[in-house]
Amino acid sequence: MDLLAQQLINGLFIGSVYGLFAVGYTLVFGVLDILNLAHAAVFTLGGLLALWLVETAGLSLWLAFPASVLACGVLGLILDRVAFAPLRQRADSNFSGLISSIAMAIIFESAALGLFGARTVRFPAHTVSVHIWRWGGISITSLQVEIVAVALLLMVGLTQFLNRARAGKAIRAVAENDRTARLLGIHVDGIIAFTFFISSALGGAAGILFGLYFDSLSPDMGRSIELKGLAVIILGGMGSIPGAIIGGLAFGLSEVLTVAITGTSNLRDAVAFTVLFAVLILRPSGIFGRRKMREA
Amino acid sequence: MLLQVRDVTRTFGGVKALDGVCLEVEKGGVHGLIGPNGAGKTTLINILSGITAPSSGEVLLDGQAVHGLPAHRLAAMGVARTFQNIRIFPAMTCLENVMAGQHMVASRPFFPRLFCLPSARRREKDQRIEALACLRRVGIEARADFPAKALSYGERRRLEIARALASRPRLLLLDEPVAGMRQKGVQEMGRLVQSLAAEGMTLLLIEHNMAFVMGLCSRITVLNFGRTLTTGNPEQVSHHSEVIEAYLGVSESHA
Amino acid sequence: MEALGQFFAIYGSLVNFIGINALLALSLYLTLAAGQLSLGSAAFAAIGGYTAGILTMKCGFPFLLSVAIGSILSGLVGLVIGLPVLRLRGVFLAIATLSFGEVVRIIVLNLDITGGAQGLVGIPNLTKTWGIYLTLALAGYSIARLRRSRAGWCFESIREDETAAAAMGINTTYYKTLAFTLGALLAGLAGGLYAHLNYIITPREFGFSVAVDLLIYNIVGGVRCWYGPMLGAFLLTALPEILRGTGVAAGPVRMAANGLILLLVILFLPNGLVSVFTRPGRPQAGLPPAAVAEEV
Repeated sequence: MDLLAQQLINGLFIGSVYGLFAVGYTLVFGVLDILNLAHAAVFTLGGLLALWLVETAGLSLWLAFPASVLACGVLGLILDRVAFAPLRQRADSNFSGLISSIAMAIIFESAALGLFGARTVRFPAHTVSVHIWRWGGISITSLQVEIVAVALLLMVGLTQFLNRARAGKAIRAVAENDRTARLLGIHVDGIIAFTFFISSALGGAAGILFGLYFDSLSPDMGRSIELKGLAVIILGGMGSIPGAIIGGLAFGLSEVLTVAITGTSNLRDAVAFTVLFAVLILRPSGIFGRRKMREA
Repeated sequence: MLLQVRDVTRTFGGVKALDGVCLEVEKGGVHGLIGPNGAGKTTLINILSGITAPSSGEVLLDGQAVHGLPAHRLAAMGVARTFQNIRIFPAMTCLENVMAGQHMVASRPFFPRLFCLPSARRREKDQRIEALACLRRVGIEARADFPAKALSYGERRRLEIARALASRPRLLLLDEPVAGMRQKGVQEMGRLVQSLAAEGMTLLLIEHNMAFVMGLCSRITVLNFGRTLTTGNPEQVSHHSEVIEAYLGVSESHA
Repeated sequence: MEALGQFFAIYGSLVNFIGINALLALSLYLTLAAGQLSLGSAAFAAIGGYTAGILTMKCGFPFLLSVAIGSILSGLVGLVIGLPVLRLRGVFLAIATLSFGEVVRIIVLNLDITGGAQGLVGIPNLTKTWGIYLTLALAGYSIARLRRSRAGWCFESIREDETAAAAMGINTTYYKTLAFTLGALLAGLAGGLYAHLNYIITPREFGFSVAVDLLIYNIVGGVRCWYGPMLGAFLLTALPEILRGTGVAAGPVRMAANGLILLLVILFLPNGLVSVFTRPGRPQAGLPPAAVAEEV
């Protein structure tokens, strides 16, 4: 029983990181209808950059975290400028945008490989002081709590920002209909660039938290979360922020439950992807999606 | 009667785009479908061509129930159409567009092509000649080898009609064929429509250009808020008080 | 003759690999030609490869029969998967095929008969270089002749505008499924040949990144023309060797070069490298100018 409870708690922890990753992913899709497959590479660079700042530049994590997140935001701006903005007027911009995001993913990943090497690395032992709480058979570390707190803070902050702030409302207006938004006097290209900034910053933050949680970072760490992130945003409904958060948590739980039930980690991803496949066939708009399927 | 629409209703998420529409189109001749924006004209054309299914009601083509059939089945029964927002195949040449449109009537088996049999070449040559005839019909033969995306707006409209003609339809649905065209283009399109009708083809066209509709159509149906307001010849329709109120009155104030 | 022998001793496996990649790229081309973006081709190669490998190794089937059965099985799976999945469009289709690919990979990873993560070991080396290239020639020729046949016109029309194609009388569901199934058939065939090339196949060789590579071959070569994918597969498979020959370090630089090529192609040559050879504004090869027809 304790084991199950422990697993569920772990699932929530890792799920919050998935959610944070997916929120950025889904934000760009909601605004542009483009799947940004470079998101996972930004995630990787975020984690590795923070590690470099801590290890080589000697910053404390509390400085390295925002610095790295900011740098990832800038990567997002570059992404938009280089890979997406030039294609915006093209009739098949969904398709060509997907391809150019793959190209940027490869370039970013090779940069990670070139700058940080191919080996698996980890944050130095005393980057964050870890305290462990125990109740019966359940243990929770302060690191886990911090990770969840940061992830939730960022996600709630984003939601509030989109609902309240002027720029956030502008993002939603562009997502709804960019032509109307333009008529309303919104600087659409600027808003799109800003969206990429936020999305990539959140992706980078997810990368740092992921690296801290699993105590391991590598240039290809984005590969597995890329697919999981896709699964999450489909489950949650493409473009839906609350959907991505809940989808992330659900996905984290499904992973640990599959491991707990089958007793091996081999089938961990199988359940998730089977569910994803089924959702796509039965309810392509996702569980929380409101957006209708586009006609063409 | 070639086409009978009986009490057709179509709702989109609770909103009735069409609400018990009735319409009869006789064989041969040009039938106009007019009404203010949002009256449901395009929805009706979409139903008649199988792009959308009606929520209720029936559509009979030559006495046969066809509502709810997929688009390709309706095309096989001789219904062809053009789109309001022109849907030609941009990357193909004009000739290729029309040859693609021959899908229903052309025989293009794979194996004779695979083995380069003379029959395959002969067939293709015949089909190309026929496609050229369609292009000539609409007056853009000289553009045959141009990529469709390089055409002017009016030429695209013509190309789309040529592609529709390639399937030798019985019923041709035209969605705003002269929208955005200048006087000369409108006149040429009018002559084209007339010549098609003279050959025995039945045409149903949506158009906002009143002079065009009044000059061409033998019958006109007016839609308003998803309902049939009236049907009659141009004379009757243009003097119908509700029509003037709902439609002509509005357009006059625009003019 | 001796020089040729020497060339093969050094580059034989590269030559084989190029041929296999070209076949796989062609299999994806079949679906792309009908406007359907699939990321599942690697999975179909896996189905064909594992089936064929198991049949020769464990059932003692003759090579050709095994490969044929693998290919047909892959095609059947393509048919069954294609029917529901092809209702989805664009990005959703890509994600659905991707998740199907992941499910296949995980199944292969967990079955006993496929050898799990260690892979299927001990497959006899029966595939010859001439066999690969004969298959490639036949496949390439058939696909080239498909153009201007009934199916070829339908694929092209659907790619250009699915709604207009349907209104023109094309049974879009049928032809999309046909393209998908033929693609799966060819991918399965390539997989079967690949399995008998290397003594061993592992699930890793059929993952998401392989599916992305196949897409890249198509985009870089060009998807408007049947030899585009072959060109792309040839260039990008040979590129690492060429770079190695010119003394460029392995790893990051090669990867970055791949990404950069893809980015430049999608930005500046949306129809791929083959569009360099076909002059713009002119009818493509295969359709003589209309004027000729008129003289008849």
